[in-house]
Amino acid sequence: MIGAITLLLVCQLIGTIIAHAAGWPIPGPVLGLVLMLVWLIIRRGPSDQMQATTQTLLRNLGLLFVPAGVGIVNELGVLRANALAIAVAIPISTLLALGVTGALMQYLARSER
Amino acid sequence: MVHNLMPHDLYNVWIYLQSGPQLGLIITLLVWQGAAWLDRRTRHAAWSNPIMVSIAVLAAILLITHTSYHAYFRGGQYVQFLLGPATVALAVPMYANLATMRRNMIPILVALVAGSVTASVSAMMIVHWLGAPRNVVISIAPKSVTTPIAMGIAQDLGGIPSLTAVFVLMTGVFGGLVCLPLFKALRITDRRAQGLAGGTGAHGLATARLLLESETAGAFGGLAIGLNGLVTAILAPILVRFLGF
Repeated sequence: MIGAITLLLVCQLIGTIIAHAAGWPIPGPVLGLVLMLVWLIIRRGPSDQMQATTQTLLRNLGLLFVPAGVGIVNELGVLRANALAIAVAIPISTLLALGVTGALMQYLARSER
Repeated sequence: MVHNLMPHDLYNVWIYLQSGPQLGLIITLLVWQGAAWLDRRTRHAAWSNPIMVSIAVLAAILLITHTSYHAYFRGGQYVQFLLGPATVALAVPMYANLATMRRNMIPILVALVAGSVTASVSAMMIVHWLGAPRNVVISIAPKSVTTPIAMGIAQDLGGIPSLTAVFVLMTGVFGGLVCLPLFKALRITDRRAQGLAGGTGAHGLATARLLLESETAGAFGGLAIGLNGLVTAILAPILVRFLGF
């Protein structure tokens, strides 16, 4: 478990260093994800340890969002001041994104089953 | 004198605990356990989403006890820190879907980029038209992306990451509720298309809902969560500049 976490953190670190050094506005962990994917392709799949560790992490992903979400207590004023804009934008943009992605994918992938 | 001493001692313990990380960390874990229990008891009803319930309960506790978010976050940061490695960990399910992805590469990429741009641009334009200030417009741009990546994007663009976290949650809850009726109305019956749309438009919460219907949809949803994080991280800064925000 510790070995797997170390590897995840090393990927994240290298990703962060590259993003900063190159001045890309991409979060370090996202580049770390790409590096990890390359590593998995070279290694032809995750080790059992990596499989188990990432499964545990991803199965409890929800918990990791909580502290950031609690930050809402500092944004109550902003939310209240923009309540209408947010209440309109979230549903409409979500419906549009779901519809556009689904319809395009179904149309483009129709030949292959 | 015991009745005088007791509250005083308790007060000292309270002050001591408030200054360290233990309280924030433990309360986060305890509330999460309770919310996860409620979620199981209600058989994963949409309203009992454990993330939302935990945030609501913790926010209420902070407001009632007049505890600052800063004090809470001394403990909360240890949980939040794991978001980085968890984001990197998304590479493992992506690797598992690599073969499927290769077979449908062009359709996936085209649909995903279209969905990512649609989500960001429509959300930014609507809040802007309805008078929201720049930091809200920026913060809503990555709202369809999974939280760890979305918060990173918001941070880099000069938005408010915790506001983004709230937008991401709202999007996920709404998407999870409407995805199946919407697909039915638009006659989107292809499970691959449903999964890709769910993961792109409303990340893990819609994907979790679709996974109950079909494994294929779940796999494509997982793939879309990771890919959309990447695509939006690259496109959002360009879109923000292009739209002049």
